[in-house]
Parts: sequence; structure tokens; C-alpha cells
Amino acid sequence: MSVDNAPPAIECSGLARYFGERTALRDVTLQLPDGATLAVLGRNGAGKTTLLRILASLLRPHAGEIRLFGEPLPARAFAVRGRLGLLGHEPLLYRDLSGRENLQYHARLHRVAPERVDEVLGAVQMDRRGAEPVRLLSRGMVQRLAVARAVLHRPKLLLLDEPRANLDPAAAELVEPLIGRGSGCTRVLTSHDPQAALAEADLVLALKDGRPAFVGQPDDFGAERVRELYA
Amino acid sequence: MRTAMVVLRKDLRLELRTWETLPAMVLFALVTFVIFHFGLNRTTISGQLAAGVLTVTLLFAAMLGVNRLFVAEREQGGFDAFLLAPVDRTSMLFAKASALFLFLCVLEVVAVPAFGLFLLGPSLGPALPGLVLVLALANLGLSVIGTLVSAIAIHTRARDLIGPLLGLPLLVPALIATARAAGPLLAASHPASAPPGKWLLILALYDVVFGLLAYAVFDFLLED
Repeated sequence: MSVDNAPPAIECSGLARYFGERTALRDVTLQLPDGATLAVLGRNGAGKTTLLRILASLLRPHAGEIRLFGEPLPARAFAVRGRLGLLGHEPLLYRDLSGRENLQYHARLHRVAPERVDEVLGAVQMDRRGAEPVRLLSRGMVQRLAVARAVLHRPKLLLLDEPRANLDPAAAELVEPLIGRGSGCTRVLTSHDPQAALAEADLVLALKDGRPAFVGQPDDFGAERVRELYA
Repeated sequence: MRTAMVVLRKDLRLELRTWETLPAMVLFALVTFVIFHFGLNRTTISGQLAAGVLTVTLLFAAMLGVNRLFVAEREQGGFDAFLLAPVDRTSMLFAKASALFLFLCVLEVVAVPAFGLFLLGPSLGPALPGLVLVLALANLGLSVIGTLVSAIAIHTRARDLIGPLLGLPLLVPALIATARAAGPLLAASHPASAPPGKWLLILALYDVVFGLLAYAVFDFLLED
């Protein structure tokens, strides 16, 4: 997990974000060591995606402080962007380009060797369908391409918003080495399957209406708390 | 510059794949010439009137391109993907402005000869070298302002309205300079062999000023 003297992968304190009058996130404070997995749980609209987008430097927090690998956001976002991999609700792929063309585009943006494109396409078993426009692929296949896109540049921090959505069990197993524990990345994971998320978490953040209802070890987040969170 | 080329290549590839922007711009220009033909109730036009008709038509056709410039980025997550990459955000400005510039050039390759054929009284041939220079400078200004305005409009709900509402007033100086520079070239009697230097200079100055302005503010337009 944590490397000696290395700053935590994520440090947040008093993080808040509003959308007009609505509070999307408030008072989020946590620290995640390098290599650890944070599971973010909560009902729809609890603030999980907002938190991930703040961590990805795509949204600015309205209050609080945030550091990724010791670098403050958003001031030093440029320094950490290449180390982040975001797998969100949107695949971030152009529908009229093929999977391979999309990955080649991302590889050029991230200055990744072209060979890496074939490597990740093979890893998600999309090499045979890589030439087809994304709009012609099934949702599961698009999700596999999105996984390939998220790990293409070998990020250190993976931000995974329901990463196994649309994946059948075989496909979920396929992407496991890329985005699972075995990836060796620090991970922030949201899921609507709390048991699965807890099983792979080192730290749990439960959000209720944008506020932390629990921050701590998965073992301390019992079945009763899960029921309360989703009640 | 390298990143701008990467984004530009992607944009051109998307356009060649979908043909969502260029055909609309070209068809709009051709239809507008037909409307002017009947609306003015004249077989041919020349001089300042011809320059005005050509410039206004190209400007409105350009607005279609401006409105579509960031649609794929907005609807298919291109903005997020770009912002997640460790690249200079200004490269998006260069890429989009270059794409729009190229679209305008292609539009003019079709629209200007069509204008010469259907509306223009004097022969287009002698005016062409001067006209190319005038339109190149006008395209530059249109591309920069168009990209700037499109980047603002894309974050709003009424993006199809905001583009022209913001863009057209900003483009009025360029419109005047373009029409005044092209007018003498299209005169029926004694057409000028070169556009007036004063208007060319104004166009060039406009391009430089708005180019620098766009460069200064574009980063902030991509911010949350």
C-alpha cells in the first residue's frame, strides 16, 4: 500500500460543492494512502459522482481543500491529470469513430506509445471489433472500451464510477486485472452493490444527501449501517 | 501545437465520417444566393452590393459551423477526455479555429464560384486573387471569434441562439472590412486589381486583436 514518506494519494478536508441552491457535497474529509481502495457508497444523488468529478479535477470544490499525490487542486491539476484514470457514466468515446481510433486519439493526447492501444484492446478482448464505430457496439462492449480508455496511460489513481455497469460476469472478470485490486492502482470506487464494494475496500465513505454518514474501515460498516444508508 | 494537430485530425475525421457540418454550410450558402437572386429581383449584381451579399451569406453560413463546433465534445464527453489529459488547453482553441477555418475555405471553394455564376455581373476571374486574400483574412477572424463564441455557447441551454447573438455583433467590424475590401474588386466598371490596403489592414488588425483575446481567455472558458 503506502510507500514510505510518499504523500497520501488523496487528502480532502471540508470539501463542499453546490449546484445553485442544492448542496451536492459537504464536509467531506478523508485521507487515502497510495495503493488503497476507497469505496464511496450512497443512494442515487448522494454526491458520489460529484466527488469523483472533483477528484478528477473536472469540477472545482466551492469550499475545502483537496490534494492528490501531494499536489493541491485545482491549482496544480495539470501536474496530476496524466496520473488519473476516470471511468464514469459516460464512456468518453466518440460514437462515430471506431474503438481503435478513439484509443489512438487518447494515446496521442497522453503521449502513450501506439503499441499500448493494441495491448489494452487485447486486454478487454475488443481487438476484433476495434475497427467498428462505437455507435454500433453493445453497451457492454462500449464499457469494455471505456475501461481500456481509462487505463490506457497507466494511471496511478483510478476513479471508477460504477465500473462494472453493463458488464456481464465474464466481462467483469476480464477487466478485473485492469481496474480491480490487481491493477496496483489507488482506487476510488462507487457502486450500487455495497457488499461487492465493501469486499474490495480499504476505506469506506458513505454519503447521505451529500454529507458523510460514515468514514472508516469496511469492517466497521455493518449490515445495519448499509440498510440505514439505503433506507 | 502537436496536441492541436491531434484534436484537429480527430475533428476532420469526425466530419468526414458524419458530414454533419460542411454540407449544411454549403447548401445554406447556395440557397441564400437563390433567395437574394429573387429577393433583389435582379439578374446580376456588382460592386459594393455584390460584396455585401457575398459577405453576409458567408457569415451566416459560417454560423452553422460555429454552432456545431463543440457539439461532439459536449455530447460525447470530448471535453472531459481532453481536460483529463495533461495537455495545454489552448491547443483546443487552435484545433477548433483551424477546423472552422478549413470548413470556411471549403465552403468558399464551392460558394464563391456559385456566386460568380448565379449572381455576379462582372467576371469573377480578375477579382479572384484579391478576393482570396480578403476571404482568407476574414476566415481567420471568423474562426477565432466563432471558436470563442461556440465555447461559451456550448455550456448554455440555448446554444443555438447564443452563438449568433454573441458572435454576430462581435463580427460586425470584420463584416464591414470584408465587404469594403471586396467591393472594389467586384465593381462592374473599372474593377480594382487589388483590395484597398486600408480595409485589409483593419481586417488583419481585427484578427490579431481577437486572436490575442481568444488566447488569453480560452482557458477560462473550459473551466468548470
